[in-house]
Amino acid sequence: MGVRLNEVSLSYPGTGLVIDRLSAEIEDGEFIAVLGASGCGKSSLLNMIAGLLPPSSGWLEVPEDGAAFMFQDANLLPWLTASENVDLALKLAGKPAPERQQRVEELLNLVQLGHASGKKPHELSGGMRQRVALARALAQDRQVLLMDEPFAALDAITRDMLHEQLRALWRQTGKTIIFVTHNVREAIRLSGRILVLSSHPGRILETRRITGELRNNPAEAAALADELTTILRKEQRKHELTDRISN
Amino acid sequence: MSSLTESRTRFKPVRVIKLRPNNQLDSWVAPLLTVVVLLSLWQIISWASPLREDLFPGPLAVAAKLPQLLADGSLVAAVGNSLFRAVSGFAIAVIISTPLALLLAHQPLLRKGVGPLVSAMQVLPSIAWVPAAIILFGLSDATIYTVLLLGAIPSIINGLLAGIDMIPAQYKSLSKVLGASKWEHVLHIELPAAMPGYVAGLRQGWAFAWRSLMAAELIAVGGSLALGVGSLLQRGRDLADLPLVMLVILTILLVGVLIELLFFAPIERKLLRDRGMTRTGENYG
Repeated sequence: MGVRLNEVSLSYPGTGLVIDRLSAEIEDGEFIAVLGASGCGKSSLLNMIAGLLPPSSGWLEVPEDGAAFMFQDANLLPWLTASENVDLALKLAGKPAPERQQRVEELLNLVQLGHASGKKPHELSGGMRQRVALARALAQDRQVLLMDEPFAALDAITRDMLHEQLRALWRQTGKTIIFVTHNVREAIRLSGRILVLSSHPGRILETRRITGELRNNPAEAAALADELTTILRKEQRKHELTDRISN
Repeated sequence: MSSLTESRTRFKPVRVIKLRPNNQLDSWVAPLLTVVVLLSLWQIISWASPLREDLFPGPLAVAAKLPQLLADGSLVAAVGNSLFRAVSGFAIAVIISTPLALLLAHQPLLRKGVGPLVSAMQVLPSIAWVPAAIILFGLSDATIYTVLLLGAIPSIINGLLAGIDMIPAQYKSLSKVLGASKWEHVLHIELPAAMPGYVAGLRQGWAFAWRSLMAAELIAVGGSLALGVGSLLQRGRDLADLPLVMLVILTILLVGVLIELLFFAPIERKLLRDRGMTRTGENYG
């Protein structure tokens, strides 16, 4: 089962409407990117799907066991080592100790961090920290994986490597991935479908399917990236203008 | 070509920057040197003073008192008794304060009501409780422990509360996403995350416990009470024995500092190092 959003709205006291009657259907095993300018409410949308925020109106359907979540800044616990951070997810899921130890090892090997299992977060690079966070998200063993701009703060080379690893993992595990980003090229490279969100309030502006053919054709991918960037820029300008008027 | 080589050889490094290892010795030498200088100044002023030595004793006269106190066993017994009271009282304070602070952190209404009272208690000098405690419990250990607990508990509660308040909101989201129950959240995330604030509170709580104990022992003397360092101070006052008084003051200071250096400082250092943090200024100098 995937995720269904039906006329979902969210408003905060003070800031007003953040998401406006958004409807979408995300199929089981789909890799979908939610693309939008900063501050368009895409993180709030993800928080609602994760159950961290209740919608103000409308309803959403998520699998009964909820969704795994990967935060923008890894959000690792600094007093735990890499393996202990992953282990905590298993422990809280009620897995018995002997089983856990082996699973932690498997997961860290999967993100190619088997050698760094005893390291604390401050001893790891940004990219390694995000890989530990990915291993922890996978440890939750849920069908849906929500990712909130997880690679935004990384350098281009590390990001590139993680993109490949994430695609491989998705193919391997068949998880439903909802990936929030403001990076157009990242969205095209990773996902099978892109939802472009408007700014203030967040609504779906465009939906684009990304075929393997398009992804592998640099000219076509670049043209789409340009087109989506233009849409985002227009949205950003509109948002800035409304901000200026209201101020 | 040759002129180029010449000009190259003429370059000299202006300044070689050497990385200085963080010398553990520095943090001992500097305060030790300060103590030596202060003691020397004290001795010089005492020699130069027109007052009699028993009215203004220098450190040498104070030190001369030590063999006598060691020989009759009173100093060792007093330090032992006081330390036992302080450590056991502090342990009781920790056992009482920790769940209380957790309760206040999770019950906003209770915290609104009780929080300001706890802070007010922290401001109140615990010596003010001594007369009331003597009236209630007489000259007994209960009096001493009451004053000590009232001194230490507010600091520990406020320290843990401050530690919990400073936990990043994202940890709460993480807890929810990982499906932690309330207790699991407290145990696995909240308490370890609040540890730096908690240890700061414990440290302050210890200082308050030690001070309150001295105040209580100074006033509550006799009855069923065993000799403590504070009561030794009172004995010095009764005998108008200033060298004894000064010696006991130095002992109180030394015990307080030693506990701080041998117990709290290493815990805090390990805690910060484990999280990739350092205390401000520790690596410089």
